[in-house]
Amino acid sequence: MTGGTLSREQGIADLVDDYDVIVVGAGPAGLSAATTLAGTKARTLLIDENQTPGGQIYRAITLAQPVDRQRMGEDYWRGRSIAEEFLRSGAEYAPATTAWSIQPLQDDPGRTAGHEVGLSSSGMARLIRAKQVVLATGALERPFPIPGWTLPGVMTAGAAQIALKTSGLVPSGKVVIAGTGPLLYLLAAQLIDAGAMVSAVLDTTPRENWHRAFRHAPGFLVSPYLAKGLKLLKSVQRRTRVIRWVSTLAAEGEGGLREIVWMTGGREQRMPADLLLLHQGVVPNVNFSNAAGCDHYWDEAQLTFRPQVDEWYASSVAGLSLAGDGVGIRGAEAAAIQGRIAGLGCASQLGLIAPVERDRLADPLRRSLARAMRGRRFLDELYRPAKAFRVPQDQDTTVCRCEEISAGQIRASVNAGAGGPNQMKVFLRCGMGPCQGRLCGLTVTELIADERGTHPSEIGYYRLRFPIKPLKLRELAALPQTDTAKVAVLADLADTHHSTDLVERKSQ
Amino acid sequence: MFRRLSDRASGEITFTFDGRPITASAGDSVAAALLAAGVRACRTTPVSGSPRGPYCMMGVCFECLVRIDGVDNRQGCLVIVQEGMRVESQRGSAALMAEPAQ
Repeated sequence: MTGGTLSREQGIADLVDDYDVIVVGAGPAGLSAATTLAGTKARTLLIDENQTPGGQIYRAITLAQPVDRQRMGEDYWRGRSIAEEFLRSGAEYAPATTAWSIQPLQDDPGRTAGHEVGLSSSGMARLIRAKQVVLATGALERPFPIPGWTLPGVMTAGAAQIALKTSGLVPSGKVVIAGTGPLLYLLAAQLIDAGAMVSAVLDTTPRENWHRAFRHAPGFLVSPYLAKGLKLLKSVQRRTRVIRWVSTLAAEGEGGLREIVWMTGGREQRMPADLLLLHQGVVPNVNFSNAAGCDHYWDEAQLTFRPQVDEWYASSVAGLSLAGDGVGIRGAEAAAIQGRIAGLGCASQLGLIAPVERDRLADPLRRSLARAMRGRRFLDELYRPAKAFRVPQDQDTTVCRCEEISAGQIRASVNAGAGGPNQMKVFLRCGMGPCQGRLCGLTVTELIADERGTHPSEIGYYRLRFPIKPLKLRELAALPQTDTAKVAVLADLADTHHSTDLVERKSQ
Repeated sequence: MFRRLSDRASGEITFTFDGRPITASAGDSVAAALLAAGVRACRTTPVSGSPRGPYCMMGVCFECLVRIDGVDNRQGCLVIVQEGMRVESQRGSAALMAEPAQ
């Protein structure tokens, strides 16, 4: 395979059984890690769920035309050279492929010799080995649990951006964008530019955030975010109604969205809407690193759990590195740099470059990373979502969309003795649907903390297990029956019964 | 609820949704094609039977689950629409089907 492309007809059947490195995720971090590693002659395989490289931020970038450059902006277009460099790198590429597990391989007891990664594509599963694995699973939108957020017609702002990037779709009818965060005004500007009628932008940024944020203003004043942000804000304000200090928000309708209700300045207001786009920032997608057993910690500034990494982005699990927004939200530019540093770290672990060479190459990258991260604290403080939008105050608000569990039910389970998210699952099945907690995990942690009067770091997160994406039993059954394959199925079943109790006992 | 920019229409693909013919653009995901055709809800939930439609478009929320060519539980946002594809809304939980062994 040359140029690293793998056609969909071939699927994953012709991939070899082992590589030096498997990289998961084709966003800026994963692409840069794979390019760096291929450059050191590491036999590299990049796996990604989408059809083309770019992740979500650079989604469909290799298909984009000059008109898309104009529409989406230069920050989007920057992804093109990152993707092209990867496609020329000699790394192998498995698009439209889901990675669903990772198991350490041990040559001697206690010594990790690499990992076995479970993949699935077009109804076929494979287990492929690698000495090193880099997870670059990126971010997903922070849950935004408001009354009515499950109604058809309510989507994330990111979803509208993906529809625009991949299919050139623009919302029609009465569109309302609501929430907080840098993406909110960017999306509003992009949609208005593309001809959408945006009825209003409802800004939920709390007033007090401005005071907190200005403590970090010096960093922000020298960051590129400032000029960009101000320009966007002015452009949006000129072309649609911006309603600030929104303190409650609900979507209403029978069978689909009809109306939006909100409070601002103590007054309730209503507006008809066909499409509501919600956004209150992005958080690391930790499902893979959590299930792999990496250590995570609660980050109070970003109100989320983050995996622990060292200066080379190696996780607490031997042979497993993590890079990009999946480690903590730093943005696309920082993610690409982190991917390159992680790639150098892995190459050194593989013995392909000497530590002194690794350090020499990483030095300028670390300086660029520090520059790319300027102003991030200001953004974290300014766009910290209000508690009312993270911890539903209304008891009937759905928290777990899959199993349809409400905030009130979760609070009641705490009073019935559920100490943490894993025990609560046993009471309610909350977090046990197909999304595996991606859309409720953080809400559940904060709700339980609120009900118990303690801190999210004391509560912890769901203990996730493989497979992290549903796959058909037929795919599993068709796998070669290695010991690891048996472990993936049988040990995990046993583990589900034992360790859930242990985790809960510890947390009480 | 969505319309397609004229500069982004590519080759036409025809598929059906619950028996109704729909025209999509080559490269559309099933979920994007449904949104472009004005379809808001593509399934009902197994718990309460309430209607749901695409929410995240990036494979994490599982709200766009549909039946594609007889196979339940496909993520509409991750499957590229193909000529003649038979897409159906998924009612409640997926049916247990005896699939031919391979």
